[in-house]
Amino acid sequence: MSEKPDQKPGRNRAAAARDVIQSVIAPQSSIWSSVLVVVLAFVTALVVSAVFIVVSDPNVIQAPDLLTALNVAWQDVSGAYGGLLTGALGDPSTVIAKLSSGDAKVAASAFYPLSETVVAAAPLVFTGLAVALGFRAGLFNIGGEGQVIAGGLAAGFVGFSVHGLTGFVELPLALLAGFLVGMLWGFIPGLLKARTGAHEVITTIMLNYVAIYLTYYFLNTTLFQRPGRTDPISKVVDSAAMLPSLAALNLRVHAGALLAVAVAVAVYFLLWRTTLGFEFRAVGANPDASRAAGIGVGRVIVVAMSLSGGLAGLAGANIILGVQYSVTPGFSSGLGFDGITVALLGRGNPVGVVAAALLFGGLRAGAVQMQAATSTPVDIVQVIEALVIMFVAAPALIRAIFRLRAVRGIGAPTVSPGWGG
Amino acid sequence: MLRQPVKLELRGITKSFPGVLANDHIDLVVEPGEVHVLLGENGAGKTTLMNILYGLYHPDEGEILVNGAPVKFQSPSDAIRMGIGMVHQHFMLIPVFTVAENVMLGSELTRPFGLLDRGRARREVQRLGQEFGLPVDPDALVSSLSVGAQQRVEIVKALYRQAGVLILDEPTAVLTPQETEELLRVMESLKHAGRSLVFITHKLKEAMRVADRITVLRGGRVVGSTVPAKSTEAQLAAMMVGRAIRLGVERPPAKPGAVVLEVEGLTVRDARGQVAVDDVSFQVRAGEIVTVAGVQGNGQTELIRAIMGLDPVAAGHITAAGRDVTTSSPRETLASGVGHVPEDRVRDGLVSDLSVAENLVLDTYYLPPFARGLVLEPDEIRRNADERIREFDIRTPSASVQAGTLSGGNQQRVVVAREFSRPISLLIASQPTRGLDVGSIEYIHERIVKLRDQGDAVLIVSSDLDEVLALGDRISVMYRGRMEGPFDSGSATREEIGLMMAGAGSEGAAAPPDAGRP
Repeated sequence: MSEKPDQKPGRNRAAAARDVIQSVIAPQSSIWSSVLVVVLAFVTALVVSAVFIVVSDPNVIQAPDLLTALNVAWQDVSGAYGGLLTGALGDPSTVIAKLSSGDAKVAASAFYPLSETVVAAAPLVFTGLAVALGFRAGLFNIGGEGQVIAGGLAAGFVGFSVHGLTGFVELPLALLAGFLVGMLWGFIPGLLKARTGAHEVITTIMLNYVAIYLTYYFLNTTLFQRPGRTDPISKVVDSAAMLPSLAALNLRVHAGALLAVAVAVAVYFLLWRTTLGFEFRAVGANPDASRAAGIGVGRVIVVAMSLSGGLAGLAGANIILGVQYSVTPGFSSGLGFDGITVALLGRGNPVGVVAAALLFGGLRAGAVQMQAATSTPVDIVQVIEALVIMFVAAPALIRAIFRLRAVRGIGAPTVSPGWGG
Repeated sequence: MLRQPVKLELRGITKSFPGVLANDHIDLVVEPGEVHVLLGENGAGKTTLMNILYGLYHPDEGEILVNGAPVKFQSPSDAIRMGIGMVHQHFMLIPVFTVAENVMLGSELTRPFGLLDRGRARREVQRLGQEFGLPVDPDALVSSLSVGAQQRVEIVKALYRQAGVLILDEPTAVLTPQETEELLRVMESLKHAGRSLVFITHKLKEAMRVADRITVLRGGRVVGSTVPAKSTEAQLAAMMVGRAIRLGVERPPAKPGAVVLEVEGLTVRDARGQVAVDDVSFQVRAGEIVTVAGVQGNGQTELIRAIMGLDPVAAGHITAAGRDVTTSSPRETLASGVGHVPEDRVRDGLVSDLSVAENLVLDTYYLPPFARGLVLEPDEIRRNADERIREFDIRTPSASVQAGTLSGGNQQRVVVAREFSRPISLLIASQPTRGLDVGSIEYIHERIVKLRDQGDAVLIVSSDLDEVLALGDRISVMYRGRMEGPFDSGSATREEIGLMMAGAGSEGAAAPPDAGRP
């Protein structure tokens, strides 16, 4: 017999899920303390991954003596992480040499690693924002993958079927198509949740499959398939629909990066400067109180899921119109799921999302260089990413390892005691 | 069964939590066979002290003596072994077990081969019940019992473990007036049987009625110790709060005007389809306060939720502020000039993770001056917050801290500040002062009366009979979904209203219709 007689059992499960999300986006410590934990988690992840790099090298095990083994291990790790760093940012001496060469193309090539980092980061910003926006409204959008694919397919379709328009019209049109179809992929689970209570985790996962297999289907129809091909690949989008890039300088970086930053600013403004964002945050933190205060909770869920889907759709459009120029199955390659990681690392904050996306973008761009320069496989980067998230999710562990003083103990009172009486 | 009378002494008990000194060198002596009342506001450190005594917390400093010998409690089982029993505010019972099973839990009697000896436990429960006036059926499932009966089970459980000292933590908070009276009688009979009792409360009347000695805690310290014969309620209140307090509510007679809220034949079904509000009709006029008494769970929650548009109306009509709001959305009802202080402020009143400033505009954020079109005006929201914080004396480090970090009393002030500052003609408040300290109760009551005197209609739902009587110009009672009254506050005595809350006095009827609800 509790003091709240009208608590329903279903509430507790929903509340528990909400608590998990809130623990991510409303950390119990200051911003700087959170940043410090992320940095230290990253360092810890690098150390742990170094162990994996070392033990996976047969030369270390087969070394004749300990000194040689240590030497080989050091070369493995420094080689791998050195490659990772130069792949993501560039090697300082090479960069200086290229910049001082006087030739524009050579100078531009100094920025190749950075360009690759930004190219990898841009779509992560979109999917990271998609998941973060959902978090704020108390929704766990796990269907970013499907929304990316649906959005990319739509953007590509507009890009290769509409002709005779200038870039000023066709590019926005293609982007809009990606956004709207992504929205549709978010709207459906939003509506189902608002009307029937169907949990978005289930419905969005299922819609991922719908998007993946619809893509296979469409890519084999004459409407989509590139003439003369039998494999599932679409026609190439018009140049008018392509995101402007620095291809002339042999850099892949394109305007999608600028769009990503602009959208991050827009999401920030939406969340903290508009009435809609206020509703998102209120409903996300406490739907009961929001309803009692007159907020239409169902409407907020539908709108938030739709916008979240739209943002993920933009990631798809960004890939198709900025990098690939044609649709292939699996072009998303897990971007939707990576968005969850980015949103978690970025604490559901648009600024944090951009930073986290740049970090992961750098890791991915660097990984290619690392594999080329050393025998370390790119997959180690996925291990690092996973470890970073694990350590970020367990801040107490990081604080214990580095003997940081907890800013505030769990449940400890800040203003007034809650245990008195 | 009592091994020996227990004399309990606490010397210099100190306990701090991060940032707060909860107990500061507390000395306390509980003589055998006395009722020792521990009086204090929320946050005074009463519960912390008792948790130390029960072995749940370890003191930073100080010692506990039982019959003159120092003891150290590592866990509650140590405390139980030394003859200390505790009845928690929230019962520690397993609903699907019978009374006898719950009572023997943790100290199971066994027969050879480890079989449970339920028979002996049953007999023991009956014997203890008869001896101390605690009637409980040993074979009843705990989930089928009323709150009062569950509390009796808790007391029997402690006695079964041969407790010489019984700690009762705010035991009357969940009881009807009749059940409270019974409990106080049980406490007296336990005392006469040589047991000592520590009775934790913030209700002055009960303290005066039953105490042999009263110790008052404030801010983690003992601020005074007295006996009922030598003190008055007003003195005790002043000791608790640290300043003179006006008990009761001072107010001029009501000047009722036009009908503002009219409820006609209202029927509401709960989530399971049961009738929760059964054909209820009443009116609230401008410039008067109508209070609704009743034990929690008799349809008051559903009544208010239906008026606010939060639950659907099955039959009947509701007119508020001149508009038919029977099928209105919560926003329409709020916007038509109805202020709402929800029963459960943590669940329905506040968004704990949003800032105090944001919570202060939780139902007006979309209106000018807080928003222009779709864009919020943070400066206006901030300015409004600073004004409200000053006007309603909300104790918060700043307007930007999360509302959930405030104390209960200050959280309620946030809700009250928000609702009282909108242009309203009708205020609906459920349990407006539940769990609050004396100072905040006094303040919120004053504001409610002020609202009435400005010509607003006020409807208050409360399970605290004192509050119902203190505020109501007209008083009604809800029992099993039906409403008695409202009648003029002078025309019914406290006892009559208490009887109506229990279903006109039929014994054991105090269980609400949905007592089995999880």
